[in-house]
Amino acid sequence: MSVQYKVVHCNINGRAVERTVDVRASLTDMLRNDYSLTAVKKGCEVGECGACTVLIDGETFNSCIYLAIWAEGKHIVTLEGLISPEGELSDIQQAFIEETAIQCGFCTPGFLLTAKEILDADRMFTDDELRKMLSGHLCRCTGYENIFRAVKKTMYRRQGKEIDF
Amino acid sequence: MYDIKAIYEAESVEDAVELRLAHPEAQIIAGGSDVLVQIREGRRAGKELISIYGIDAMRGVSIDEEDNLRIGSLTSFSHITNNPLVKKICPVLGEAVDQIGSPQIRNIGTIGGNTCNGVTSADSASTLHAWEAIIELTGKNGIRRLPIKDFYIKAGTVDIRAEEGEIQTAVLIPKESYENTFGHYIKYGLRNAMEIATLGCSVNVRLSPDKRVIERCRIAYGVAGPVPMRAPSAEAVANGQAPTMALAEAFSLAVLEDINPRDSWRAAKAFRQHIAVEMAKRALIESVKRAGGEIA
Ligand code: FES
Ligand code: FES
Repeated sequence: MSVQYKVVHCNINGRAVERTVDVRASLTDMLRNDYSLTAVKKGCEVGECGACTVLIDGETFNSCIYLAIWAEGKHIVTLEGLISPEGELSDIQQAFIEETAIQCGFCTPGFLLTAKEILDADRMFTDDELRKMLSGHLCRCTGYENIFRAVKKTMYRRQGKEIDF
Repeated sequence: MYDIKAIYEAESVEDAVELRLAHPEAQIIAGGSDVLVQIREGRRAGKELISIYGIDAMRGVSIDEEDNLRIGSLTSFSHITNNPLVKKICPVLGEAVDQIGSPQIRNIGTIGGNTCNGVTSADSASTLHAWEAIIELTGKNGIRRLPIKDFYIKAGTVDIRAEEGEIQTAVLIPKESYENTFGHYIKYGLRNAMEIATLGCSVNVRLSPDKRVIERCRIAYGVAGPVPMRAPSAEAVANGQAPTMALAEAFSLAVLEDINPRDSWRAAKAFRQHIAVEMAKRALIESVKRAGGEIA
């Protein structure tokens, strides 16, 4: 059968966009190939590692196991959307640098979007809750502890508190 | 790019039924966290799909006119866990589906997909069996309802009739199941996230008004056999008895008369039997506590 296409309208990082996509494409394929949003990483492509995580209507999804056609009408945020229009890093990105929560960086875009969902809840979580909320990502480099600290530190800062590790 | 022959997108339940009748061979895809992975693995590659993911009418939790707790089949696990009605009426279901996969998987995975797969390890399945859930199917002849135990035919096969154009539209928990009833689910896995249950055990109890007698006890397992199953011998031991430690012991040993786990690379049969007993005991004790009772 011939290739099937569909026009998909959505909002990506605050901009209303539309593109004709191959219906067989994953959302990762669409974001990387059609919109050049290469912070969306292809790790396992089967929903195990979280490298491809994006926010869809405020919730985290593995974009590798999400069909591009399902993005119709959705609000999507990728890592590119975390940077301010002036190019400044967001607080959580800055905290990742401070805590050395990045080594090779392959898992980082995904972790940052999960961190954004956690921080946008605007409340304090316990350590156990934080660990559970971060558990959908694999990192082969950092050993997770620094990532955990970066998220926890930013959560404290947003509540107007400082934390000393 | 996925190896998919064609995709038909349903926008309403009626649409889905029509598409199903027109393309009986097509695979239904809800959230896709199983189907898309199977396509990637090649197991379901090159097939036609009917996507029902866009049918918003199949999302959400409510109490229907018969007082059932009604969960639309496309409701995601995270939405079930966070739903106020679920928290109030059947919190154990929210806790069970909160142990599936990862946060991202719980945002895409649906209760309909979890049950339609027909796999014994589904984290929702044992709790739905223990609460005698009703599966609602909608097809060309309207709605058909059946108890969840009849919905599961054998491993990987459930009673959904493609020739009738059926899709699963809701999972119902009857009032008779949830009224005055408290439960607990235990999942045994080797790690907490992204793990398939080695064994899952869900227990619930209804105590007498003075909390001294277990009026009704229900227990169900996942991975204790080819499909999720109840343990009627154990239930018979507990029903009508005072909640004591001795009863919890007798109850938990009785499960061995009912369950039939197998050896697999995940765990040996003997190990599954061993943890099944311990999980039954702990889940019963916790259920009694949640019901306001005390284990003497
Ligand atoms: S690339 Fe999507 S979860 Fe690994
Ligand atoms: S920094 Fe390398 S995988 Fe996480």
